[in-house]
Amino acid sequence: MHHLTALNDFVVRFANVNGTGSASANLMFAKSIFRMGIPVSPKNIFPSNIQGLPTWYEVRISEKGYLGRREGVDIMLSVNPQSMPKDIANVKPNGYFLYDSTKELHKEFIRDDIHYLGVPMMQMCMDKFSDPRQRQLLKNMVYVGAMAALIDIEIPVLHEIISLQFKGKEKLIAANFQALDMGIQYVKEHYKCPLGLRLERRDKVGDWILLDGNTACGLGAIYAGATVAAWYPITPSTSLVQAFEKYAKKLRVDPETGENKFAVIQAEDELAAIGVVIGAAWNGARSFTATSGPGVSLMSEFLGLAYFAEIPTVLADVQRGGPSTGMPTRTQQSDIISAAYASHGDTRHVLLFPSTPAECFDHMAEAFDLAEQLQTPVIVMTDLDLGMNENMSPPLAWDDSRAYERGKVLTAEELENMAERYGRYLDVDGDGIPWRTIPGTHPTKGSFFTRGTSRDEYAAYTEEGPAYVRNVDRLLKKWDTAKNRTGAGVVSGEKPECFRGNIFRHHHLRCPGSPGTAGSTRYYPGCHACQSVSI
Amino acid sequence: MTFVRPIFRHPESPKNAIGYTKKHYEGALSTLCAGCGHDSVSGAIIQACFEMAVEPHKVAKLSGIGCSSKTPTYFLSNSHGFNSVHGRMPSVATGANLANRDLMYIGISGDGDSASIGMGQFVHAIRRNLNVTYIIMNNGCYGLTKGQDSATADAGSINKSGSANMYQAIDMAGLALELGASFIARSFSGDKEQMIPLIKAAMSHPGFALIDIVSPCVTFNNNPGSTKSYDYTREHMEATAAVDYVPYMPEITTQYAEGGSVAVALHDGSIIQLSKLDQDWNPLDRHSAMNRLYEAKSRSEILTGLIYIDTNAADLHTLLKTVKKPLNTLEKQDLCPGSAVLEGINNSCR
Ligand SMILES: Cc1ncc(C[n+]2csc(CCOP(=O)(O)OP(=O)(O)O)c2C)c(N)n1
Ligand code: SF4
Ligand SMILES: [Mg+2]
Repeated sequence: MHHLTALNDFVVRFANVNGTGSASANLMFAKSIFRMGIPVSPKNIFPSNIQGLPTWYEVRISEKGYLGRREGVDIMLSVNPQSMPKDIANVKPNGYFLYDSTKELHKEFIRDDIHYLGVPMMQMCMDKFSDPRQRQLLKNMVYVGAMAALIDIEIPVLHEIISLQFKGKEKLIAANFQALDMGIQYVKEHYKCPLGLRLERRDKVGDWILLDGNTACGLGAIYAGATVAAWYPITPSTSLVQAFEKYAKKLRVDPETGENKFAVIQAEDELAAIGVVIGAAWNGARSFTATSGPGVSLMSEFLGLAYFAEIPTVLADVQRGGPSTGMPTRTQQSDIISAAYASHGDTRHVLLFPSTPAECFDHMAEAFDLAEQLQTPVIVMTDLDLGMNENMSPPLAWDDSRAYERGKVLTAEELENMAERYGRYLDVDGDGIPWRTIPGTHPTKGSFFTRGTSRDEYAAYTEEGPAYVRNVDRLLKKWDTAKNRTGAGVVSGEKPECFRGNIFRHHHLRCPGSPGTAGSTRYYPGCHACQSVSI
Repeated sequence: MTFVRPIFRHPESPKNAIGYTKKHYEGALSTLCAGCGHDSVSGAIIQACFEMAVEPHKVAKLSGIGCSSKTPTYFLSNSHGFNSVHGRMPSVATGANLANRDLMYIGISGDGDSASIGMGQFVHAIRRNLNVTYIIMNNGCYGLTKGQDSATADAGSINKSGSANMYQAIDMAGLALELGASFIARSFSGDKEQMIPLIKAAMSHPGFALIDIVSPCVTFNNNPGSTKSYDYTREHMEATAAVDYVPYMPEITTQYAEGGSVAVALHDGSIIQLSKLDQDWNPLDRHSAMNRLYEAKSRSEILTGLIYIDTNAADLHTLLKTVKKPLNTLEKQDLCPGSAVLEGINNSCR
């Protein structure tokens, strides 16, 4: 039988059981390759279930930077008997099937065109470790060790990652080193190492990072000064607000009083979540929510209000498979129309499309400036693939001299010195964007009544046709202003001139780490994960 | 239109503690039907705010949709107002309150707005003990959509079209009690003497303060056979106690509890004076309030007045441990961790 051979270019898939702690071991595996300077793209493939069902972790390794999922698995690591038949079937001819040989493989699982690499992982852990929960976790390290020896991961790199991960817990570090070594030694004794599929250090990732888009979005909200977050749990957006809260607890607690410079509300539903956001924004605090398709449906009512009443509203839509509850744990970009035109009547919303975690961070931070400058909802459109996987990305960047752009808000002094009557919906600057006031600003000037009904320039209810037309015309003018504020999209790909297309992320990483690209603050033309929009 | 405001005002109009006349607390002219109960509630809010000498611009008034929810236009025109969408005022009020804990929040809703479409948000605002004075102008019907029965209409109550309501009524005060609300009162739009001190007490209460006010709809639900009409309410109203609100006065040093009266001290130093108490009812005891409410119900009485108060319940900001400074006044230097911290985060992702 032939052996597959490839250098820095193959796919490894881990078949795990949900809830067995495999995620952190798998991430260590991917990170170690990344630290060897070789581009990787790990993907979590998981069911809508909490414990017991199969999950997969697929890592494409590509020196050339091709990071989209590729058909065919070169090395399958299997520690899940339940999915074994399917996993074996998925291995490419001449590929490898690495499994826990504590129990012998059933005859019907034997294919004659692939290589079987048995490692008695559980048995080894039973012999060496006494605590049952620890055995389970360390078994994961055994397979990382086996894999490392098979494909030539640099062991010191793995040691470094483990030491960082368990910093301060010396006993755990020692146990993990031991388990790692058990895997290494076993495969070295029993198989020819390395395989034809192997790694070699490169310098292809520069200063890039491996980060999930949701964390990057959460950090963007922290840096942009969001103080109120309200949300209703839904995959794949949950970890976005959780990241915000995690970092807020680290970075936004007054050291003297222990009091929080933020508020997070887990609302009763998405209707309330975005209602809280709108109330807070109306009252002058930066606020946001995150959801996915089903939540966008529910939030539509309030998005219409925010559009018409002109309230800065920031929403991250981490898209998943629809329609309806759809494929909750699979990616899709199917909310674009429903987000763009959310709510009844002639509504239209500003959408931002990040394609890397660095852009998630930038766009999320930018969304707050845009929402306040334009006084309208701004929706950051990401998806499960970008949001919940560790994606390669330029590092997150923040310019300390950057000010928060709070848009047109009148201060008490400005109101005091105003000779003419204040009109909330008066287009004084000709750009369609009126001036707003925050409740409590001035004792007698600047108060107005916010409503979703038609109103005149002074926010007074009216059913007069001309006043209605003036208002919607102004909103269209504002829309034109918005077009010029948001910056041009980035079109790239193999055939940017094509006349028909989808909006998609083109997982083609051409220049990781090449000078002038990594670390640039806003856009990365021609880089990894571009969108091509052409119709 | 209910009233035509006199153009001439006496130059000597009485002024309150901050030098404002009642005019400072008024709003636009009402466009509700003449005689609508809601206008009387607006009047009571104006009077309460005037007497309490609140600064109008330190109040935010929020509402949902309905005739009742229109009323914030008709009081406190120097306050910002937010007429949101149907049933969603509680969430908007929650966000507004989170942004600025220093303002006073008045939420106005209807029985349709709170007991049907907005039930979820109503319930959860109570759960979080949001610091808001939450007034339900309860007329047992949907006024604005022309008189359909609402979820607070009593079973058997006859509406204007002559049909009897088939379904059980939701008692918003009883529900709030069950949910753990920290201030619960009921009143009647025809009883200013009772409404005004209750509104003042609710505004002083640092938490969720519900006042469920029977506020008849003269156009669609004031007919014989309706249990939310002026006549029916007057005949069946029974008060827990006469309420008096005493603003903070340093010279009052002792609480007095002589013969059937009790003084409840609020956090801001003001006092709710309750006299001619019902026997076996203690406003600080949820069980006795519950019993009293059920008892009244079984006798087809409309129990009004203060029903329950918990002066120690922690409000939402306390629960969330937010800073004392309003969140909407925090600036970049308070909020942004800066590029050095971000570099550390980048490093942990390599
Ligand atoms: C989503 C939505 N559904 C329906 C309506 C129509 N609507 C307007 S007011 C109202 C009922 C209001 O009843 P209530 O809250 O009791 O107020 P009232 O007019 O009786 O004071 C309804 C159903 C609406 N505005 N929005
Ligand atoms: S319809 Fe009823 S509730 Fe509405 S304004 Fe008229 S009387 Fe009031
Ligand atoms: Mg009603």
